[in-house]
Amino acid sequence: MTFRFTVNGEPVEVKANGSRRLLDVLREDLALTGTKEGCGEGECGACSVLIDGDVVDACLVPVSQAQGTTVRTVEALAIDGRLNELQQAFLETGGAQCGICTPGMLMAGEAFLAGGAEPTDENIREAIAGNLCRCTGYTKIIEAIALAAQRRTDA
Amino acid sequence: MPNFVEPPIESPASLEQAYGLLRDGDGRPWRPLAGGTDVMVQITGEIGEPPARLLDIWAIDELRGIHVEDGALLIGALTTYTAIRRSDEVAGLVPVLAEAAATIGAAQIQNRGTLGGNVVNASPAGDTLPVLLAVDAEFVLGSSDGERTVPARSFWTGYRQTARHDHELLLRVRIPLLSGREVRFRKVGTRRAQAISKVVMALSWRVDGDAWTDVRLGLGSIAATPVRAPATEAALEGQAPTREAADAAAAALSAEIHPIDDVRSTADYRRAVAGRVLHRLIRDNGGW
Ligand SMILES: Cc1cc2nc3c(=O)[nH]c(=O)nc-3n(C[C@H](O)[C@H](O)[C@H](O)COP(=O)(O)OP(=O)(O)OC[C@H]3O[C@@H](n4cnc5c(N)ncnc54)[C@H](O)[C@@H]3O)c2cc1C
Ligand code: FES
Ligand code: FES
Repeated sequence: MTFRFTVNGEPVEVKANGSRRLLDVLREDLALTGTKEGCGEGECGACSVLIDGDVVDACLVPVSQAQGTTVRTVEALAIDGRLNELQQAFLETGGAQCGICTPGMLMAGEAFLAGGAEPTDENIREAIAGNLCRCTGYTKIIEAIALAAQRRTDA
Repeated sequence: MPNFVEPPIESPASLEQAYGLLRDGDGRPWRPLAGGTDVMVQITGEIGEPPARLLDIWAIDELRGIHVEDGALLIGALTTYTAIRRSDEVAGLVPVLAEAAATIGAAQIQNRGTLGGNVVNASPAGDTLPVLLAVDAEFVLGSSDGERTVPARSFWTGYRQTARHDHELLLRVRIPLLSGREVRFRKVGTRRAQAISKVVMALSWRVDGDAWTDVRLGLGSIAATPVRAPATEAALEGQAPTREAADAAAAALSAEIHPIDDVRSTADYRRAVAGRVLHRLIRDNGGW
């Protein structure tokens, strides 16, 4: 089967079995290796991407369900090779260490910022509750998202 | 890394097409695939035999949506937890369902996971299921033969077994709206997000003067299926929510349930916790 959808602003056409995971289509067929695989079963959030603006685990989505949608991955965040506010904030607060969770954290963070909820500690924690990090203890990640939220309001 | 298989899959765009496929009897059963948050984990083949073929129903928009009809709230089987949390109808009429939805997984799971998937997956730990028992929900199943309705209390027939036939889809959940019904939900898990419940409970009642009537108690994670607790309901029926009533109900519940030991918890812990959670819930509503 051929599936057509948009990835990071570009229309793509993928020939694959419809039950192939979107994660494998992104990483292997489209060579977008920014999206990571941690657990492969929805627990860790390392594979988080946006489908039509909603954050989802790409390891749980068959490519048949991407048909006609707009997918955004971590590769879409930087603009002309420059980090966006959220990425910049992760860098400044030390929100990324080994980096395995970072693409997923960034996408969950993006969905949270786009949703426009008040960037309280509690709301940010809820927004990244599906993303595990073994390195940072989360505090610096939460600071990064709060900082980016503040810069977006200021801008 | 899970050993991933890619089973054959069809993605019908309408119910009619789906019914046609489900009727085609070449012997290999179809496994419906909604949000995939249970099925995509199962198809790694690590938990058991992966499904022979998948029927992806995600594109069937007829199965989405929430509305009120004939004194009942109707929720399409494909309605996600995020949609339930955002629904004004749910917030106004059965807010406890939004409360339960908010405890399921995290954003990624709530954006894909559906109410119908929770119902048909039939896990004894499915968090919306005690709520659906407590509000006397009914499940409308459909096939090329037409529709039929099964009450929640007779839907889960055994461990991960349901009254659904292989050629049927769950179309919607019907929650009758009763005036003056109160419903409360409690989930005891390990940590706040992504937690599989150790004990989950939903209690509903109507107030008649001082007394509670039409008491329903739905429980999860304490038996092979989600269950009602009729002896405990009887202990509360017609009583005011006093300390004595709470003591009697908690004792009835501990005697009535037969939880299991498993990796997440022990039987004794579950029995003790269930009694205590119920006691506390009655106290919170008795104002003592
Ligand atoms: C990380 C993680 C955390 C989770 N946390 C929780 C939690 O806290 N509480 C909880 O209760 N669950 C939890 N779950 C389980 C799961 O998210 C829910 O059970 C969810 O409701 C399943 O819905 P789905 O649409 O994804 O179902 P799917 O995976 O698509 O399907 C589940 C089952 O239902 C069948 N099915 C689905 N829709 C229909 C239909 N309309 N007609 C007939 N059959 C159908 C499928 O064939 C399959 O057997 C979690 C899962 C993950 C991966
Ligand atoms: S790899 Fe998808 S959630 Fe862990
Ligand atoms: S930075 Fe290493 S897992 Fe988060």
